[in-house]
Amino acid sequence: MTTKTALAATVLATSLAAALSFTANPAAAQGSDKEKCYGVALKGQNDCAAGPGTTCAGTSKTDYQGNAWKYVAKGTCTTMTTPKGNGSLTAKSS
Amino acid sequence: MTAPPLLTTPQDDFAPALLDPDHPLPADVTSHTTRHPVRRFAVYRNNVTVGLIEAVRARFPAIERIVGDDFFDAMARTFVRAHPPRSPILAIYGDAFPDFVAGFPPAAEMPWLADVARLETARTVAYHAADATPLDPAAFAALDPARLGAARIALHPSAVVVRSSWPIVTVWAMNSDEAPLGPVDFGVPEDALVLRPALTVVVHRLPPGTAVLLAALTAGDTLAEAATTASGATPGFDLTAALAVVVGTGVATTIAFDPEPQP
Repeated sequence: MTTKTALAATVLATSLAAALSFTANPAAAQGSDKEKCYGVALKGQNDCAAGPGTTCAGTSKTDYQGNAWKYVAKGTCTTMTTPKGNGSLTAKSS
Repeated sequence: MTAPPLLTTPQDDFAPALLDPDHPLPADVTSHTTRHPVRRFAVYRNNVTVGLIEAVRARFPAIERIVGDDFFDAMARTFVRAHPPRSPILAIYGDAFPDFVAGFPPAAEMPWLADVARLETARTVAYHAADATPLDPAAFAALDPARLGAARIALHPSAVVVRSSWPIVTVWAMNSDEAPLGPVDFGVPEDALVLRPALTVVVHRLPPGTAVLLAALTAGDTLAEAATTASGATPGFDLTAALAVVVGTGVATTIAFDPEPQP
């Protein structure tokens, strides 16, 4: 047990020295010149995108229902290449 | 503890009607112009639903870019109806979204999508975590090499590790203006360290096995114990690369040693 610890200590010390040499910029150098703005963490959370006084989204009855799903992923996944072709969903045609 | 009986009956009727357009108007809802304000309630329901969808959108911008807004809107609407908020804290709404995505059949051809969503969840968690000052690398340089293995290193309160079998950091970065879009090798697993050392949330791609080392440190293991565990769990574990993360990212906040045993 003590041998194992002693060995690890040497390895650790060597690795730490190497790791420190990679670390040119102290993490503390990351900007602390700006104030964190409490209370505005995420934008848009209280918005009603459809506008107040409308009924579209909440009353929509075009819910997801298994085979009736009609939305096809067409964001950037279509440009990312995967081993099985590109990452996009193709519409389930049946 | 049981909820006060007074609160249960009207809310049991009201809450499901909020998210289900097919649900009848709650019995207690009335207005001065009409006895059954169905359309007014529909406006209210719409605002609730859209507000929740926007809350999910705000938390998962990369997911939206990956699938596109039509797909995202529909997926988020399905989610908010199945998972209404359980807490008044809107900042944590959507914690259940990654698991929902994982089980969402239309997204099944993107099995990596849920883990990217987990990475985005972690970013919000890190954002709202407590502040702490990262250790300066000089603190590590000043350590007695002989005692290094016995060091117990506390991690930053904002630190979240997300492990994945997929290249989640690459996919996230490409969809967050951190890296250009390009071919992705989906055979490469990536672990992410999400951290807010100062004011900005950062995402690091962890070298293999480093996630195990950080988990062991979090559990209170000494540096030697954690390094041994990570090495045993990871073929080709690179201790130097792992320590560079510990020292250089600001993930460490304190170094402590057990008290010397009394003679």
